[in-house]
Amino acid sequence: MARSMLIITRQSPWSGPTAREALDIALAGGAFELPLGMLFLDDGVFQLTQAQQAAQLQQKDLTANLQALPMFGIDSLYAAKRSLSERGLDATKLSLLVEVLDDDALRTLINSYDHVITL
Amino acid sequence: MKFAIALFSPAHSPASRRALRFAEAALAAGHEIVRLFLYQDGVHNASANIVTAQDELDLAGEWARFVRSHDLDGVVCIAAGLRRGVLDEQEAKRQSRPAANLLPVWELSGLGQLHEAAQQADRLVCFGGH
Repeated sequence: MARSMLIITRQSPWSGPTAREALDIALAGGAFELPLGMLFLDDGVFQLTQAQQAAQLQQKDLTANLQALPMFGIDSLYAAKRSLSERGLDATKLSLLVEVLDDDALRTLINSYDHVITL
Repeated sequence: MKFAIALFSPAHSPASRRALRFAEAALAAGHEIVRLFLYQDGVHNASANIVTAQDELDLAGEWARFVRSHDLDGVVCIAAGLRRGVLDEQEAKRQSRPAANLLPVWELSGLGQLHEAAQQADRLVCFGGH
C-alpha cells in the first residue's frame, strides 16, 4: 500500500517561495495519485484568504493553484482552527474547502500519516 | 531501516550539518539511505561555487565526499535549483547562463523523486530551519 504524506504549510504567500514550494510537493504527488494531505498551519492559513492582490507585490496569486488540489486528487485539506482565530480569519470565508481542526484533532491527524513534511 | 533524507537549508546552516551527521550515523548503524533530496535553500549544498575559509567546516564539500564515497543517490530539485542558481551543464546551456555549478555527485531532477523516495523509505527525515 502506498505510504501517506501530510504536507504542513506554515508560511504566508508573501514571505518568499515557501508556500509555492510546499504546494508544488502536493501537486507533484497528486500526479502519482499518492495519498496526500495538506495542512495549513500558523501563517500558512493566510494562503486561504480571499481576494488577495499578489500583483501589488509583483507576485503570482497562488489561489488558483491551491484550488487545483482537488483536481489533482488531493482533497484531504485542513486548516488549524487556532491559527485562523489568532489571525482574525473567518473559517467560513476561505478560498478553499478545508476541514478546520482544533489542537486535539491536529494531533490525531498528524499521527495518522506515514510521512510528514513541514515547510 | 530505510531512510529518505530531505534537506531544506543551505550549507552554511546548522541544519545542513545535522543532516550530514544524521546520514553518517544512519549508515554507520547499518541502515540504508534510499535517497538524499535537496529542496528549497537546500539546493545550495550542491553548489561547486561555495568557498569556505580553511579553518571552517566545508559542508558542501563534505556532502559531496559523503555522497561519492557511499555511492548514494543524491538528487537536487530542478525547479528549486533553477530558482536559486544551481545549474548543471545541460540547464546552463538551455537557460543561456555562463556557467554550470552543480557538483557532479548530485543530479537535477523533479519532485517526483522525493515522493518515490518517500514510498521506498520506512522513514522520511527532513532537516530545515536553522
